[in-house]
Amino acid sequence: MAQSTADTPRTRAGQVEPTAIWQPRLVGFLCNWCSFAGADMAGTSRLTYPAAIRIIRVPCTGRVDPLFVAKAFQRGADGVLVAGCHPGDCHYAEGNYYMRRRYVLLRDLLEFLGIERERFHLEWVSASEGKKFARVVSEFTSQVAALGPREPPRQGPTELEAGTSNE
Amino acid sequence: MARVGVFICHCGSNIAGVVDCAAVASAARRMPGVVHAEENNYACSEVGQAAIRTAIKEHRLNRVVVASCSPRMHEPTFRRTVAMAGLNRYLMEMANIREHVSWVHGDDKPAATGKAIDSVRMAVAKVIRDERLTPGKVGITKRALVIGGGIAGIQAALDIANAGHEVILVEREPTIGGRMAQLDKTFPTLDCSACILTPRMVEVGQHPKIRLATTAQVEKVSGFVGNFEVTIRHRAKRVDHSVCTGCGTCWQKCPEKVPSEFDSGLGKRTCIYIPFPQAVPNKPVIDWANCRYQRYLAASGAEKKPPQCRICEKLCPAGAIRFQDEDSVVTEQVGAIVVSTGFQAFDHSAYPEYGGGRYKDVISCLQLERLLCASGPTGGEVVRPSDGKHPKTVVFVSCVGSRDDRVGRPYCSKVCCMYMAKQTILLKEHDPEVQAYVFYIDIRAGGKDFEEFVRRSQEEYGALWLRGRVAKVYEEDGKLIVRGEDSLVGRPVEVAADLVVLATGIEPSAGADALARTLGVSYNDYGFIVEAHPKLRPLESNTDGIFLAGTVSGPRDIPETVAQGSGAAAKVIGLLNQDELVTDPMVSRVDPLRCSGCLSCREVCPFDAIGSELLRDGRTAAKVNESSCKGCGLCVVTCRSGAMNLRGFTDQQLLAEVVAITR
Repeated sequence: MAQSTADTPRTRAGQVEPTAIWQPRLVGFLCNWCSFAGADMAGTSRLTYPAAIRIIRVPCTGRVDPLFVAKAFQRGADGVLVAGCHPGDCHYAEGNYYMRRRYVLLRDLLEFLGIERERFHLEWVSASEGKKFARVVSEFTSQVAALGPREPPRQGPTELEAGTSNE
Repeated sequence: MARVGVFICHCGSNIAGVVDCAAVASAARRMPGVVHAEENNYACSEVGQAAIRTAIKEHRLNRVVVASCSPRMHEPTFRRTVAMAGLNRYLMEMANIREHVSWVHGDDKPAATGKAIDSVRMAVAKVIRDERLTPGKVGITKRALVIGGGIAGIQAALDIANAGHEVILVEREPTIGGRMAQLDKTFPTLDCSACILTPRMVEVGQHPKIRLATTAQVEKVSGFVGNFEVTIRHRAKRVDHSVCTGCGTCWQKCPEKVPSEFDSGLGKRTCIYIPFPQAVPNKPVIDWANCRYQRYLAASGAEKKPPQCRICEKLCPAGAIRFQDEDSVVTEQVGAIVVSTGFQAFDHSAYPEYGGGRYKDVISCLQLERLLCASGPTGGEVVRPSDGKHPKTVVFVSCVGSRDDRVGRPYCSKVCCMYMAKQTILLKEHDPEVQAYVFYIDIRAGGKDFEEFVRRSQEEYGALWLRGRVAKVYEEDGKLIVRGEDSLVGRPVEVAADLVVLATGIEPSAGADALARTLGVSYNDYGFIVEAHPKLRPLESNTDGIFLAGTVSGPRDIPETVAQGSGAAAKVIGLLNQDELVTDPMVSRVDPLRCSGCLSCREVCPFDAIGSELLRDGRTAAKVNESSCKGCGLCVVTCRSGAMNLRGFTDQQLLAEVVAITR
């Protein structure tokens, strides 16, 4: 389904239409118990935030496989947000701690791969923090928007594949 | 072959007012696997659900996507709907296009429609990869735990016990009764608080189905709805209650006096004590930190030892004193938990300008309550703590720790206006010469007979209610000068008062946040526990089997608190009356062919739900205990060989969602 909706001018990396207002494409992984409920609360309170984010519900941030994040970036996402319960509040006692550790490693790995740190963000949003959710998404959207579209993937064999260097 | 039907709910204008639902439907029709898409005015209505069932039959749908509100709202509804049409109920996914789309993107309708289409695209990608699931069943422990023995906990415990189920009532203090026991009268009927509360307390103490644990605290909670395991620490009472007769000899003779918590520090109590005469259990405990014998023991080795004391031990006719008592920790099995830990009064030292703590005659409302009470430290004489004289001019300052962002309490405590009205009336009845002034921001008197009650305070009892904030309280010539403003006439006011009463607000009792973490329930910025739904599920936490009653979830007055106690009890009884519970089938699953037997999954599982089994070919593989698994998915991410997966949230499903929204 490569059909673009007329309303959200999207670009593939490297194909920025100069006239269209560029909107980043963000993927949000929200834990069911805190942050997804917090996002619900933002809605119930009729707060507004930019519509650039697409939300995927997971039971716990500890369910977020680094592969999901990598996949999102590989497929051209401009930013990935992971949000879960505050430390100590995890519905499953400790799932968010696993995510926190993974986040630190994954952020460095992504940076190594050329994806700026600012494109990947972990945040704690509780079920009652609708306001915070709206603020986090707004800030993250403008943070990613400021970076602009992702660099186009390198063409041809990379140095690694060519076996000339280990970068 | 998947035949997906997509139903786009308008939710009246809640969704359709922002999202172009027709565009969403036509986009959905072009998505792979979708054979039918239709709009629906109210999908959750009987008509809406019937339309879904009809479409399932007509279009031979085997998967359903409902694009409407949050799945946290209506997932169970639509699961039932598809089940009624003969589909497995887990072959339904929801796209949240209300809370996550129309309600937050009303300022950008085209973008909202685009996001709604993507939400449907994700749900379709996910539902295609859904599989039929069958829930399991587990038994229920028919016993309830009530945490907190104030009026909410008392009511809940009695109602549950009267329905025939066993109750363990855990209370941190040496007696049940809570804050209500400290009050003199209650508004707006002026019922004597103790007279209506103590019969209930006695009933709890004597009920054959209630096990009362005072000076006890919940330390750890594991398990899940129907089968919790609770670790309770019984702090050492140092008096053997099975022997003690409650005769009172010990607390009459104990020489060590400390400020009484029950009298809000205005009176003294002994070190071996019952907090107040009607306490339940009516047997004393030793305040070990202040006990003279404890000090003697602690000074062992020192040159000059304090006297041994041990007077209570010598005098006790029953021989019930146990100085060597230690804390004991026991675990209990319960099926349901009621949290009713209540509130504490806001600490007014956050307002140095009012002089609480600095001036003796600036007291809190709870302290005035003790002064008014016939069983209080002054025997019901309202006197100034500084010189024991009867105050004639009394000024009340409202909203101390309420409706004030500066001290982190922006909410209204709901009861202060009413108890101020009550106290002005009681003061006048104690001493007709008293003139009361009340500085208020707004009078909040919403409730049965409340407004009339405030009018009585003003008209019959002559209390002067001044609309305005108090800026400062300072001492001058033995008087307390209260400087504020009367915002109705728009000028500053000064009142020379004999006594200043701060109407302190309601905040969660100390340690409520730690308890919430122990229980695994969420709480808000102030420490009040968050309800599963603020309107429709006010008595449930967001953890199944843990219920809420009273001020633990927000400020409430006594009738509301009692109603919540009964309500929570009804929920518990409904749960415990079942013989078995249906378990969520969205749990982890191992593919033994792929499992390498490293058992990293077992290390990360927070619920000890993973064991191992020996396969026929001699290899070891992980094995999931489905009744303990809660479906968090930690093991799935940890599994190196990709043998573990989470039903309902498989790797394939989540990746398909990512793919659906990125290109």
